[in-house]
Amino acid sequence: MARKIPATTDSGPKVDRRKFLTGVAVAGAAGTMTPQSANANGAVGVTAARLPSALPPTAYTIAAETGTPAKDLARIGGVAGSDFMVDVIKTLDIKYLPSNCASSFRGIHESLINYGNNKMPEFLTCTHEESAVGMAHGYFKITGKPLLTLCHGTVGLQHASMAIYNAWCDRVPVIVVGGNDLDAAHRPPGVPTFHSAQDINALVRDFTKWDDTPVSLQHFAQSMVRAYKISMTPPYGPVMISLDAGLQQEPVKPHGSGEKLYIPKYTPTSAPQGDSNAVREAAKLLANAEAPVIVVDRAARSENGVRLLVQLAETLQARVVDMGGRMNFPKTHHLSAGAPAVNSADVIIGMELSDFWAVVNSYIDNGEHGIGFNQTRLKPTTKLISINSVDLNTKANYQDFQRFQAVDIAMAADAETTLPSLIEAVKAAIPNDRKAAIEKRGEAAKKAHAEARERNKQAAAIAWDSSPISTARLSMEIWGQIKNEDWSLVAQSGNVSNWPHRLWPMEKHHHWLGQSGGYGVGYGAPAAVGAALANRDLGRFSVSIQGDGDLMYAPGVLWTAAKHKIPMLSVMHNNRGYHQELMHVQRLSSFRNRVASLGGDMGPIGTSIMNPDIEYHKLAESMGWWARGPITDPEKLGPAIKEAMAVVKSGQPALLNVWTQPR
Amino acid sequence: MSRQFFRFALAAFAAGVVLAHAPALAADAAKGKAAFMKYGCWQCHGTEGQGSAITSAGKVLAPDPLPLETFAAFVRSTDRAMPPYSELALPPADLADIHAYLSSIPKAKDYKTIPLLNQ
Repeated sequence: MARKIPATTDSGPKVDRRKFLTGVAVAGAAGTMTPQSANANGAVGVTAARLPSALPPTAYTIAAETGTPAKDLARIGGVAGSDFMVDVIKTLDIKYLPSNCASSFRGIHESLINYGNNKMPEFLTCTHEESAVGMAHGYFKITGKPLLTLCHGTVGLQHASMAIYNAWCDRVPVIVVGGNDLDAAHRPPGVPTFHSAQDINALVRDFTKWDDTPVSLQHFAQSMVRAYKISMTPPYGPVMISLDAGLQQEPVKPHGSGEKLYIPKYTPTSAPQGDSNAVREAAKLLANAEAPVIVVDRAARSENGVRLLVQLAETLQARVVDMGGRMNFPKTHHLSAGAPAVNSADVIIGMELSDFWAVVNSYIDNGEHGIGFNQTRLKPTTKLISINSVDLNTKANYQDFQRFQAVDIAMAADAETTLPSLIEAVKAAIPNDRKAAIEKRGEAAKKAHAEARERNKQAAAIAWDSSPISTARLSMEIWGQIKNEDWSLVAQSGNVSNWPHRLWPMEKHHHWLGQSGGYGVGYGAPAAVGAALANRDLGRFSVSIQGDGDLMYAPGVLWTAAKHKIPMLSVMHNNRGYHQELMHVQRLSSFRNRVASLGGDMGPIGTSIMNPDIEYHKLAESMGWWARGPITDPEKLGPAIKEAMAVVKSGQPALLNVWTQPR
Repeated sequence: MSRQFFRFALAAFAAGVVLAHAPALAADAAKGKAAFMKYGCWQCHGTEGQGSAITSAGKVLAPDPLPLETFAAFVRSTDRAMPPYSELALPPADLADIHAYLSSIPKAKDYKTIPLLNQ
């Protein structure tokens, strides 16, 4: 590491960071002397002579106060190592850097804002590391570009780890750099010691694609470009770099045998495509199927992915079940179908599914003796095809790959990249005598789609005027106001029975960004702010349906949105409880022949967020948002949203605290 | 909701006074609403029995609930997707009140009369 270079060989100034910190440490130690050291001074039982309150200046102080300052005031004796790090980062076209400041990366922090002029990336002040990573998560889903975040390698990374896990499960790249003071011989005592570790990356190694601990500036340059490249190769994922504090702060020195530092060129890696034989075999099965069904989760990585899926579905007139990890397929399309479509399928192709097993099996919680049981949805002859890039990047510890599902054709490949060849292969494989049957299948799908839409509308009308406000009414009141905007539903952390998916004309990739991935509550608010930041730059309108429990994990991200002028409309689905858990406890109470103890709340003890009710509108107002609430009368919701929309269009964030039905 | 709940509890109490001279086992919609909340039915089915695609597989309890006998039989045994409620956990009189509450919920509007559902 940089600091292993002996001080005597250092051509820089003699008053360096270490000596300064040592001085600080000595001053601090005077007040915290240990019993042993007190004894060493022979102080036991003896009252020490009282020192005068003002001591004469030392020779060092006299010199500092009376000497002539040197011409060059730079104290590090050359170019700061972290300036070079900023040069490296700037080659990667990273626009923002959401972060909660920390001393272990003060070197690079200073370089970013002063040497780097706080542009590309721009430092965004966050109040929690989980918020910073969550923002990067949401930002990527709009732009397709990763953000960089900095955090303390120990305490900050522990805060960030939940959000990193969500990004891992959701196949989202985030570049996490954790500051760490590696060299225990020179590390400042006190806080920096508690904030250092031998291997900070170990904390998140199970759910990052790659990590490294660069020990030189040249090593940093290689690690940074490599990290970016790995995170941006499908399947995407977060990466981690441990950044030594000394390396940031010490001056650039010749590397190795004296070669000059260089920055490696970043060349994107092409995504893995399905093997051509497997593609051909899959096409044959699909082309000859009576009832093929396409099931997608994170298949469309872009708008082009949506177009390709439409093309494949229309070629086959196959119904498409969108599991919602992304906006894969237009909900207005006649081939868009619900999950029961798989029941009658004879060939199912699953693309980028995190859980193929759950697509073709049902699970009933709490059967006899409290154990759940499964039922297959498949006919015995149904053929299964899988295209999944996650097959290339599975780890052992965390079980995000779910149960093992046997399939007939498996391609470890990126679905969006494989689609063009699959579409061509399907076109070539469709026999002429099947074309009429395929067309007829499409007509049946049109009828089924229209009927389902009618049913959805009638279901939405039930409890339309109820208070607390129904989730259908909530969703449609929002839609009534945003329908003429280029809108983006940036998060739906509250569960509103999928009403936006069922009733809004969700057609474009940015209309829906998917959920958290790891179901880690607390994703919604920061991901919404991150996505809204990206949409702001694109001139798009961002709306979030914000869960109450989700917001309370790290509400400080509201302040970040106001601070950095990120406009968005946040409409709360405030059902005043952790509703999923509330139902779980109720379920167990019923199975055990007990009446759940409510403790004066509406849900079982420990699951409600009430008494007192949280005034989210006041919380948001206190952090610079325009906010109103609580809104309980459904007739008042539409006008309130309209008022909030005007605020958002003026460039500010606005929040409505709405009391809602549970789901 | 809690304010509403207390308002409702008062109403239920008043109703109880009025109905003190009614036949002993007559099901009571007001008491049924309180029981619907107390026993957690609202959690999956919504406070008006409207159901949810997520928590009740889209099943709507009201208006027009199943006949009481069929309704009670299902609640006691269920399809296991819903947890069964035994008589220990949900006494028959309360179950009858819940049914009365669901029966009292008026028919939903026709969606064609709601402008937001016709865009």
